[in-house]
Amino acid sequence: MQIECVNEVNISFPSKSSNESFARAAISAFVSQLDPTIDEITDIKTAVSEAVTNCIAHAYKSGIGTIYINSKIFSNGKIVIKIKDKGTGMENVQQAMEPLFTTGGSERAGLGFAVMKSFMDKIKVSSKPDRGTTVTMEKSIIRRLAKSDR
Amino acid sequence: MGIKVEMNRDTAVALVSGEIDHHSASEIREKIDNFVRTNNLKELILDFSKVSFMDTSGIGLILGRFKLARSLGVNFKVINIPEKMRRIINLSGIKNLGIFE
Repeated sequence: MQIECVNEVNISFPSKSSNESFARAAISAFVSQLDPTIDEITDIKTAVSEAVTNCIAHAYKSGIGTIYINSKIFSNGKIVIKIKDKGTGMENVQQAMEPLFTTGGSERAGLGFAVMKSFMDKIKVSSKPDRGTTVTMEKSIIRRLAKSDR
Repeated sequence: MGIKVEMNRDTAVALVSGEIDHHSASEIREKIDNFVRTNNLKELILDFSKVSFMDTSGIGLILGRFKLARSLGVNFKVINIPEKMRRIINLSGIKNLGIFE
């Protein structure tokens, strides 16, 4: 069976911290059509919150910029979420992804990427200094129907 | 998001409610820290029973208050972490601090 994209949403908004809750609520509303469990929704909301917070607290640290989210649902129950900014970018992506590494001061745990990695099935980060960062995350939602078939 | 701090003898209980993220954490942090610095406490308890969501900003919030309490010689505990937030707590490793009840 061919896997195709069955639904897609694009959102963009200014990097104000009040939009963190909007972003995770919007994506959680979009993926709710797959009937995910509460755990799956919590995982997705948390991962989105981390990625958007990175855009606000790091990429656009010195001003307001635009955050772009694209999310796709595929016919096999896979969700792809792409979160993009045109901010400062990172010299060393690998270092930024290490647990406990942070440039955000003592109130930041440095666990954002660790959460994205462990709560989602797949994560890809591409970044260029002064150009911006794109985080692409995937998660497959176990479909209730398929479950009862077993 | 809400934060209410109540004093019972020399114990302060901070009841946090709603969603903890990078946006809401700073206000919660300020309220708790002001209270802790201006009252003579023996113990600070964070009550998470009314928290509906937290990301790693919640971990930072807990860690920061733990450090502040310790620097002032105040006992520190976190109580009533909702079931769906167990995963992020476990992942962060802060379970080993022995502050959860």
